Amino acid sequence: MAAESPVRCSLVVESEPSALGRPCRQILSALEAKGFGQDDLFAVHLALEEAFLNAVKHGNKMDPAKRVRIDYVVDQEKVEICMTDEGQGFDPGSIPDPRVGENLYRPEGRGLLLIGSYMHTVEYNRQGNSVRMVRYKDRPIPDRSNVPAG
Amino acid sequence: MAAIQPRISVEYKDEATVVAFTDEKILEEMDVRALREAVESVVEQAPGIHLVLDFRHVRFLSSAVLGLLIRISKRVYEQEGELRLCNIHPGIHEVFKITRLTNVFEIHEDVESATRSFSEH
Repeated sequence: MAAESPVRCSLVVESEPSALGRPCRQILSALEAKGFGQDDLFAVHLALEEAFLNAVKHGNKMDPAKRVRIDYVVDQEKVEICMTDEGQGFDPGSIPDPRVGENLYRPEGRGLLLIGSYMHTVEYNRQGNSVRMVRYKDRPIPDRSNVPAG
Repeated sequence: MAAIQPRISVEYKDEATVVAFTDEKILEEMDVRALREAVESVVEQAPGIHLVLDFRHVRFLSSAVLGLLIRISKRVYEQEGELRLCNIHPGIHEVFKITRLTNVFEIHEDVESATRSFSEH
């Protein structure tokens, strides 16, 4: 049946913070069509925003010649999103924990923590310019207080 | 109630200034920058301000907004004012808990308890 077949899509988006609007609406609509709940929609929306801003600002460094590629698959059980920028990449382990000491009062540096707190799987490629994020339908993430920061 | 910009509304209640974010979603950097300018203009005009940020309309925000709140907080305390947050939707409160910003901001259930808290300190 059509409703049970996965939705797959690949998009290439400009390096512009506002460019996520349409792809985001498209992905969230696909989730709604597959029966994902409001908590799932909030989580995926937040992860998309944080990952895209990282890709545009820190990856592509707002270079208008560079693009961000978004690949996603939504099925009855989960959504899987890969976001890849054209930057040098980074080591997620090198990002300081924003919950510790003076970092708590810094205005930046919470994006990776939030992605890790709202998605069940978060993996980076070796270069560090591509993140793969998976969230399973209606499956809460029980203890978010000790999620690694990067 | 005076509208300063489309994105915030400002109300003076007892000794406090209550600034409500009027957007349901606060997302883009442009939005965040506009909000920062709007709120900071309120703070600059009132050294020693008792500022309440009211989130009653907000259902979604990103970490850029958390950064905005940190910046606003610093400015308020530099001006010897005080800051309270209130009416935070449960989904958003979870974001504050995850980032441990519940240890940084004084969060109240509603505007009344937030404004009352200034005289209690």
